[in-house]
Amino acid sequence: MNVRDRIKEELGSKISYWQETNSKRIYFTIDKKDIFKTVEFMFKKLGLRFAIASGINTPSGFEILYHFSYDKAGEVYSVRVLIEEKNNPEIDSISSIFPGADWIEREMWELLGINFKGHPNLKHLLLSEDWPEGEYPLRRKNES
Amino acid sequence: MSHRVIVPIGPYHPLQDEPEFFQLYVEGEKVVDIDIFIGYNHRGIEKLSESKHYDQVAFLVERICGICSSSHPYAYVLAVEDILGQEKNVVPKRALYIRTIIDELQRIHSHLLWLGLAGHFIGYNTVWMWAWKYREPVLDMFEMITGNRNNYAMFKVGGVRRDIKDEDIPILKKALDDLVPALDMFKGAVMDDPVIQARLKGVGILTKKQAIDWCVLGPTARASGVNIDVRRDEPYGACDLINWNVIVEKDGDIFAKTVVRILEMYESVSMIRQCLDKMPKGEIDADVKDIPPGEGIGRVEAPRGECFHYVKSDGTNRPVRHKIRAPSFMNVASNKVAAVGQTISDATITLAAVDPCYCCTERVAVIKKSDNKKILNGWDLIKLSQEKTAKLKQQMGIND
Repeated sequence: MNVRDRIKEELGSKISYWQETNSKRIYFTIDKKDIFKTVEFMFKKLGLRFAIASGINTPSGFEILYHFSYDKAGEVYSVRVLIEEKNNPEIDSISSIFPGADWIEREMWELLGINFKGHPNLKHLLLSEDWPEGEYPLRRKNES
Repeated sequence: MSHRVIVPIGPYHPLQDEPEFFQLYVEGEKVVDIDIFIGYNHRGIEKLSESKHYDQVAFLVERICGICSSSHPYAYVLAVEDILGQEKNVVPKRALYIRTIIDELQRIHSHLLWLGLAGHFIGYNTVWMWAWKYREPVLDMFEMITGNRNNYAMFKVGGVRRDIKDEDIPILKKALDDLVPALDMFKGAVMDDPVIQARLKGVGILTKKQAIDWCVLGPTARASGVNIDVRRDEPYGACDLINWNVIVEKDGDIFAKTVVRILEMYESVSMIRQCLDKMPKGEIDADVKDIPPGEGIGRVEAPRGECFHYVKSDGTNRPVRHKIRAPSFMNVASNKVAAVGQTISDATITLAAVDPCYCCTERVAVIKKSDNKKILNGWDLIKLSQEKTAKLKQQMGIND
């Protein structure tokens, strides 16, 4: 069974939107409460490699994409999570599943102000320690 | 309990291009924990990229790193071409070959640079001088093709900016032929030298399990038995049109990382030769006008590992979001496991083994936690490392 089918079988109705922009790029959307289980399944069970996560400030809140690489087939599976909260976004941390996610969660926390619940070490990574609290460089201001 | 001291390494030194700050916690001679601080070179390029149009961003990301300065623009144009359709459907065939030639030349010069620094840190200053001497002809090749020794400005969405002239091809081939004996010399110098073996084998080990959990990339992963290489897994440029091998080693120590890098240079030479032979005539640019809305991911095997770019477009002439992940972001974090348990004389070479643009060691100072008294400076630490090699040589009865 290929990786596509295994993801669809395991996650089933949790996937709200499935999109393949080409044969190597698969994007699917899940609810934010399912992120921990999904990442655990993809990293531990399927053995996919975590490439990176990318956050973006959208008009309705925030969006995080967790990019996983399936190296045997050269495919990238991107798990999309929408956080419909403009001021105090939060989501479960995945860095307890594997340490490789530690830094990128710290980066998203300081640049976008997304709180990762359960992260052991949520402190500044790129910005200086005396960076003003509540200032998030990648948040968009005054956009209605 | 023995006395615990903190050894700060970094963050600034004129030689390095990526300032990093390692804080080693040392008991006696042994490193027991390490804190890594980055961000000294944070320039906000992801944010800046949102204010540039698609053509300008290629020049912007080229300036992320001076050593792998073709990987970032390449990954970026791949991400944009991923929105347009895949690279193969967009870019003319000749441009694919030229892209691979640039990418592989860069790998050779980057690995030679690392080899020189690694040699310096363990007290082989001859290796350092040699490696950088033979790196020069590679930079000359760059100058011949692109007009620049670094920051080549070759990549644009839909193709490349400069063609390779027919009359230059024999000169490039001659330069490659001259490079191979130099590589043979390095291979012999490293693989047959009992002192280097004693010095690097079993040091700074990253096991396969750790390599997977820390998501490390490139030679760092391949030296630990993780068989990944974007050039093979998701071929770009001419990588799937020519023959070459992925180099994988099992041991995960610094020796394995060195071997992977040396053998990879041979593969790169062979890849460039094949590209020069097979390169068809024709256009080098598809002249792309508009970028449609959508999102794309581009991946390139930089000398240090997979370089990952994500671009989101809304149909205007500027990206909405541009996420950049350089390989060192993952590799440097793995020092948390690789360096712990080492002696302090092995710490410099262990931290250098992931090739993190590293020269920050020269600003090392040992400070006692209680009274902030300086005991060792950076040069002392490199000297410690070099003295260990000299001692090993003496034990083995080898004279310089």
